[in-house]
Amino acid sequence: MANHSSGADFRTRLQEWIPKLVLSPSLAAMLVFVYGFIAFTIFLSFTDSKMLPSYDLVGLENYAKLWNLSSWWVAVVNLFIFASLYIIICTVIGLMLAIFLDQKIRGEGFLRPIYLYPMALSFIVTGTAWKWILDPGIGIENSMHLWGWTSFQFNWIKDRDMAIYTVVIAAVWQTSGFVMAMFLAGLRGIDNEILKAAQIDGASNFSLYRRIVIPLLRPAFLSAFVILAHLAVKSYDLIIALTGGGPGRATELPATFMYSYTFTRNSMGIGAASAVIMLMTIAAIMTPYLYAELKEKT
Amino acid sequence: MASTGQDTAVRTGPFTRLFIYGILLVFALFYLMPLFVVIANSLKPLGEITGGNMMALPVVWTLEPWRQAWSVAQIGVEPTGLKPYFLNSILMVVPAVAISTVLGALNGYVLTKWSFRGDKIIFGLLLFSCFIPFQIVLIPMATVLGKLGLAGSIPGLILVHVVYGIGFSTLYFRNYYASFPTELVRAAMIDGAGFFRIFWRIMLPVSGPIIVVTVIWQFTNIWNDFLFGASFGGQTQPMTVALNNLVQSSTGVKEYNVHFAGAILAALPTLVVYIVAGRYFVRGLMAGSVKG
Amino acid sequence: MRGYFGRKTAIVAALLASTGIARAEDVEVLHWWTSGGEASALNVLKDDLATKQIGWIDMPVAGGGGEAAMTTLRARVTAGDAPTAVQMLGFDIQDWAAEGQLANLDAVAAEEGWDAVVPVALQAFSKYDGSWVAAPVNVHSTNWVWANKAMMDELGIAQPTNWDEFVAAMQKVKDSGKTALAHGGQPWQEATMFDGVVLSVGGVEFYRKAFIDLDPEALGSDQMVEAFNRMATLRSFVDENFSGRDWNLASAMVINGDAAFQIMGDWAKGEFLKAGKVPGTDFLCFRVPGTQGDVSFNSDQFAMFAQTDPAAQAAQGEMARAIMSPGFQSAFNVVKGSVPARTDVPNDAFDACGKQAMAELAEASANGTLVGSIAHGHANKAAVKNAIYDVVTANFNGEYDAATAAQNLVNAVEAAQ
Repeated sequence: MANHSSGADFRTRLQEWIPKLVLSPSLAAMLVFVYGFIAFTIFLSFTDSKMLPSYDLVGLENYAKLWNLSSWWVAVVNLFIFASLYIIICTVIGLMLAIFLDQKIRGEGFLRPIYLYPMALSFIVTGTAWKWILDPGIGIENSMHLWGWTSFQFNWIKDRDMAIYTVVIAAVWQTSGFVMAMFLAGLRGIDNEILKAAQIDGASNFSLYRRIVIPLLRPAFLSAFVILAHLAVKSYDLIIALTGGGPGRATELPATFMYSYTFTRNSMGIGAASAVIMLMTIAAIMTPYLYAELKEKT
Repeated sequence: MASTGQDTAVRTGPFTRLFIYGILLVFALFYLMPLFVVIANSLKPLGEITGGNMMALPVVWTLEPWRQAWSVAQIGVEPTGLKPYFLNSILMVVPAVAISTVLGALNGYVLTKWSFRGDKIIFGLLLFSCFIPFQIVLIPMATVLGKLGLAGSIPGLILVHVVYGIGFSTLYFRNYYASFPTELVRAAMIDGAGFFRIFWRIMLPVSGPIIVVTVIWQFTNIWNDFLFGASFGGQTQPMTVALNNLVQSSTGVKEYNVHFAGAILAALPTLVVYIVAGRYFVRGLMAGSVKG
Repeated sequence: MRGYFGRKTAIVAALLASTGIARAEDVEVLHWWTSGGEASALNVLKDDLATKQIGWIDMPVAGGGGEAAMTTLRARVTAGDAPTAVQMLGFDIQDWAAEGQLANLDAVAAEEGWDAVVPVALQAFSKYDGSWVAAPVNVHSTNWVWANKAMMDELGIAQPTNWDEFVAAMQKVKDSGKTALAHGGQPWQEATMFDGVVLSVGGVEFYRKAFIDLDPEALGSDQMVEAFNRMATLRSFVDENFSGRDWNLASAMVINGDAAFQIMGDWAKGEFLKAGKVPGTDFLCFRVPGTQGDVSFNSDQFAMFAQTDPAAQAAQGEMARAIMSPGFQSAFNVVKGSVPARTDVPNDAFDACGKQAMAELAEASANGTLVGSIAHGHANKAAVKNAIYDVVTANFNGEYDAATAAQNLVNAVEAAQ
């Protein structure tokens, strides 16, 4: 807090108000465009809206219908599988690459952009490339066969039970490099004196990383988690481009479900209900993080 | 942080190093594979692709698909290629990134250096806004833009992107400024420096790295956005919408080579940003944004 | 555009100058014919309007067979900024008309005599409450088989005329080691095959009862089980990599001689022509065996959104007139692979498959065997259509057998209504 030793003249009082004035447009925008719209969505979920918003309330009917739809269950289970694998694998790969890249590697400046670039591309078209790569008839499996490894099999994308894992692969491809950058930044921020001291004490490299370095990266883990969780929940383009929700409806996620019910099936009420459930889930996951984040500084 | 910007002091043996290089190269190949498919197929005549040779290098090399995608291909009724849409995207992205970055910087500055009762809750509210699924805001946003007279225009798109960009830009700047010594700000206040003067003279000069991070993040997200561009772009559709129009023909012939060339063209600005600013990116993340 | 920002927007738009500023005499057209031949075919309409001093403001949004465009449309209408004309399919037109958003085209229709030349089955979609609200551009039909003639000749396969012959023909191809049926495993493609299969099982009578009247008894009947059994038969003739494949690549398999047949709407013809193949010599087009005389159709139409400005109304009327002119109908549909939406257009410009399709459309329209496509939203509203997709695609992908599929169909259709 500013220290007003010189008395409360007009200028200091103004100074006290300026920070709040500066913050207020952003806050106002949030209240309208985020929380206002969320309130509107909650309202819609209790109406019989079809193609356009309607204002006839129907109580909990949309929620009842929603949980009766097998495709919604599929989408929820898929999100659980997808999000946990995606977050874990991205974190592991990102951390590993960051640690390796931190070992005075020649050509780091060359490798780093290669790891990072997928984040720059939209899935509208890289999705097609991935679809081909994963397609057994024309992609990796076919190439391996041509090279003589004829028993090689990789047909997950065609398999109802495995297709969601191919979505994980493509998603990991897109963001693990970004996570690597976050961890690399964390590693570069660690004081080398600590490491040297530990090495003198005879710690092996493995235990050095396990006991000292990784605990020091806690903030990076948290940031990575927020970014990955938000990307996982919002994954939409990826599914559309890669599998279109198929085979059958096996790779639907809540985001694609919500879009399809709101806009292509003209069942805006059910779409809104699914959005509300999604938001509640996000809030449930985020609140502990926010709480930890905010408590730390007080 | 005496060793900032340097590699680790951990020492490794030759075998370990060989292993590390091996892993790093395997992953480089993994990351490059789709890019290879995209580029290789963009340099082939269409017959080679539908003939079944999707993973191979071109037999006949051609730049024709690139020319098609850039200036000849049909985008709607006009055979303009992607060229005219480039400017639309630039006109939208530059102000949107600039405004959301400035707001994020000011918000971060207020939230860390001018704390007041309730500031944590405000930050929490801002942060949660990062997670709102964009599909649900389409209809209410259209109503608001219509009321403001901004529907179907670039200023409308800028507004939308700024609003949904503030969350992340504030997060980045707040975390960065949190590690900046508050004592310096206090001292300046006692010397009689005002709010904006402190921001301009003390905070901004050290903000280079985090500005890079925020700009890259915002630039990528806004440039690649399709949903808002298609819904609120009107006559000034951004590049992604044009690219989508090029590649998503439902009942027309699919010219995959032109699609891939178009995809690279549409992604070129973000690719350049990543490659050129990539090194500052890690430095910027390092300098604070990863701090809880 | 209103207020300060509105003016500023206009200035920005003028600076861009790629499309110019909307005048009352312009028409703004939202559509998803965005690339290649279809888009250049639409240019014919634009040029035609230009000769009448009507400007064309293009608003293309592709994706998902019009899904993305429909999302955009909702945003535009909510913002109070509806385009003049919007490409639309089937029940969407009726839904928007029910919202009171569409214009009345009766004056133009009466002047041009549309009632007499447009098939009644199409009028059901172009009219709401007895008034014309949309101008149909084309008629696609979905119960087509595309066949590689060289392969058929080599294996001594004659053009099949009923379902059993079709199965026997596919078996012959399969025995020869090639893929019998080229197919892309996406829900809409499976539903497209389902159109033809249902017709082959019970003809238009059963089709209407089950999928247009949504009679639960017909939906769960033995005939429906048989239809799903036939889908399983088709499933046994596709290659193992079918799922997720684009339909274009499935067509390419037939073109390249990797597969013998594809069941797909008439837009597939464009792929064959683009590859330099000639109908009748290189490839054959025939109705799904057992559905000769029946036509399951879908029709792209331009729905006209209500305008207040008289100049804008006049421009809109001119556009509707131009769409329905025989010259445009012929020029557009020759390129698109479909057939004109009016039955009195000369067939000179069309190829063999096109001429056949035109004759069959007129015949089916006269005989009452013209039915809306289930797969393409001309039999039911979006919610029901997608519910049918869910069951058809789940069954095709082996989630459950034919009897369960018929039972699930009854439930899914009921839940979606």
